[in-house]
Amino acid sequence: MHRTSVFNLSTCVSLAKAALVLILASYAFVHAAPFTPGADGQVLERLPARATDPRARDLARLREAWRAQPQNLDSALRLARAYYDAVAAEGDPRYIGYAQAALQPWWNDPAPPPGVRVQRAVLRQFDHQFEAALADLDAALQADSELADAWAWRAAIHLVRADYAQARRSCEGLASRAPRLIGVACTAQVDAVTGRAAAAASSLQAALEAQTDADPAQRLWALTRLAETHERIGAWAAAEAAFRDGLAVGRDDVYLLAAYADFLLDRGRPAEVQLLLKDRGRADVLLLRQALAARALGAPNAPQAAALGRELDARFAAARARGDTTHQKEEARYLLGLRAHEPASLQAALTLAGSNFAEQREPADARLLLEAALAARDRSAAEPALKWMAESRIESVALAGLASRVKGLR
Amino acid sequence: MATPVHAHKPSDSYLSLSMPDAPTGATATLTGRWDIALRDLDFALGLDADGDGQITWGELRARHAEIAAYAQARLTVRVDDADCALAVGTQQVDEHTDGAYSVLPLSVQCPQPSAATAASPRKLELEYRLFADIDPQHRGLLNLSASGGTRAAVLGPQAPRQSFALGQTGQWQQFVDYAREGVWHIWVGFDHILFLLSLLLPAVLVWQTAPAGKRRQPARWTGIPRFAPAFWDVLRIVTSFTVAHSITLSLATLGVVELPSRLVESAIAASVVLAALNNIRPLFLGRRWMVAFLFGLIHGFGFATVLADLGLPQGALVVALLGFNLGVEGGQLAIVALFLPLAYLLRHTVFYRRLVMVGGSWLIVALASGWLAERLFNLKLLPF
Repeated sequence: MHRTSVFNLSTCVSLAKAALVLILASYAFVHAAPFTPGADGQVLERLPARATDPRARDLARLREAWRAQPQNLDSALRLARAYYDAVAAEGDPRYIGYAQAALQPWWNDPAPPPGVRVQRAVLRQFDHQFEAALADLDAALQADSELADAWAWRAAIHLVRADYAQARRSCEGLASRAPRLIGVACTAQVDAVTGRAAAAASSLQAALEAQTDADPAQRLWALTRLAETHERIGAWAAAEAAFRDGLAVGRDDVYLLAAYADFLLDRGRPAEVQLLLKDRGRADVLLLRQALAARALGAPNAPQAAALGRELDARFAAARARGDTTHQKEEARYLLGLRAHEPASLQAALTLAGSNFAEQREPADARLLLEAALAARDRSAAEPALKWMAESRIESVALAGLASRVKGLR
Repeated sequence: MATPVHAHKPSDSYLSLSMPDAPTGATATLTGRWDIALRDLDFALGLDADGDGQITWGELRARHAEIAAYAQARLTVRVDDADCALAVGTQQVDEHTDGAYSVLPLSVQCPQPSAATAASPRKLELEYRLFADIDPQHRGLLNLSASGGTRAAVLGPQAPRQSFALGQTGQWQQFVDYAREGVWHIWVGFDHILFLLSLLLPAVLVWQTAPAGKRRQPARWTGIPRFAPAFWDVLRIVTSFTVAHSITLSLATLGVVELPSRLVESAIAASVVLAALNNIRPLFLGRRWMVAFLFGLIHGFGFATVLADLGLPQGALVVALLGFNLGVEGGQLAIVALFLPLAYLLRHTVFYRRLVMVGGSWLIVALASGWLAERLFNLKLLPF
């Protein structure tokens, strides 16, 4: 790889792209070996749900209503929202496409109704089209400032983009149009990354105690924010209690499972991660944590770690084959966690972590960039994360430790 | 609530189409297969008849006719502006990364524009509409092989109609492409050039040890009296380097031998150091062609890595290998053709004997030692 730097850079990039397409194309086909099953009773595929599962039944009912009147705005929005909830619960991206199909009559409309705009923004941010999503949310709020969902999403996206002033403004908009717990949690999540973590945690805790009858989805959301805030300032016991309270709400939530799994991995408790994520490998983010846990369990689990690694490799390859670039974060973590013995993987991880951080600037993204820079012994690559840490005044035990090690690099 | 969720594996189908090199008869026939996820077919058609959350072979088999009709109606193939007829054969099952897929064997019959012209088809158009109405995020990953070349494309609502020129990536074109890459690689591959030059520099010189009576006069390089010995020396070296790296390039590309790339790259750097040191204090005077052969074997592995990085066309491996190798030789000959006359003209000058030969060799030693350290210890010291 040392000779590549004398290549003309753009030639190099286009060659690499051409090679990648060829390799991926052959990957998808060379490994295929079709077969004819032996018996009618042979099970070929397990669907995410039985037809009798409550969520599946709800989705089927909403889909029937929509199919009867695909031009009906209300039934289309209800269906799109239900599909997005299913994505959050199961981590299965197929539902994103199904939600988009429900909005198809309005999807390419430059000025659709505000409800469609909010839902379109939600789907667009999933594809990391943050600017387009924000434009939709701003336009929706212009038309109807009472849309609490729009304020909440606006805050979430501005947080990802590290625009804390706008995130705070959105939380103010949300506070007067949502239950108190939600308003407090929204502001607390901004405070938690801007140097006011302890105050954020105590106000969130108080709001949760004051509103014990909150809607389960809202309670889960607030508890997840609380757990992450405690974790960042090193209050491990309080963080764990909040994670467990979140799980006890009893709603499937991929984000919560991933965050708790990361907490357990950091605490050196990979065996518990395996229990927590059993049978949840359909979601890539959870499959990644399963692989990291298997790796952390050491030699006896090495074959399992290798198998999970291959599975992840195949999924990243499949995503690239369809032109999807939203996996940078997971792929960088995978390379760092499971392929760190290969120098080329470390370089690739650093590149991915860097371009991920250019797109998303949350604590986990900064951590990934610092870890990648440390592994590749490249201090300058960590600069954007260090700069963000200084500007946001984030308090984080994990980030502070990594940052000081990065600064120690020659 | 508003929590950004991260992406996973969305819905893809895998469509492969291939056009035989020489279509015969009145119809141009494409063959292929189309793998469609059972989950997607279930969402579109409802395969899970008993609602137990599982799709069995029996449930799938009962719907084969319906699946074939559904898929057929959502793919249009046109060759040279004429609609083709699609037929789906006996379906099978295959596993992809995200579950089981129904495998639809395709046979595509296309009418020939005029019976008089036996010309091979020039253009293939695809219109892909699968699941566009129920999942706009669905994509069809196309693998098209025609005239010895393979192309990949992403089909779907983002670009529902796509057109592909046929017959452009013929064997000859591929050969030329890879030959060009070979030439390019030897020209930008400083380590190969420096290795070769280090061995060639002394070809126009003779190592003169002090005559018995003048012990105090040190041994030194002097210009060679005639062109012929220099020419034969160069020919021997270049030929043995070429033969050696052709052997290992072929073996590595065909997958017979594999070596870790760090080892190969380090050995290449070491070979440059050694070849240049030999010019300062000769170790193997007349046997430089052996050195060229020995290390040529290692350089061949280096070429093979480059060739592998370029990607190898399925079914045209030999063409690519031959093209690339001949490209490398051509690029190498151009360097030699430039070097030899110049060196021969300058061979008596102090400039050549001291500055180029000794000073240049020291420079090469320094540079290649840097590479060696970089590659051995995986560091980054030099800007190139």
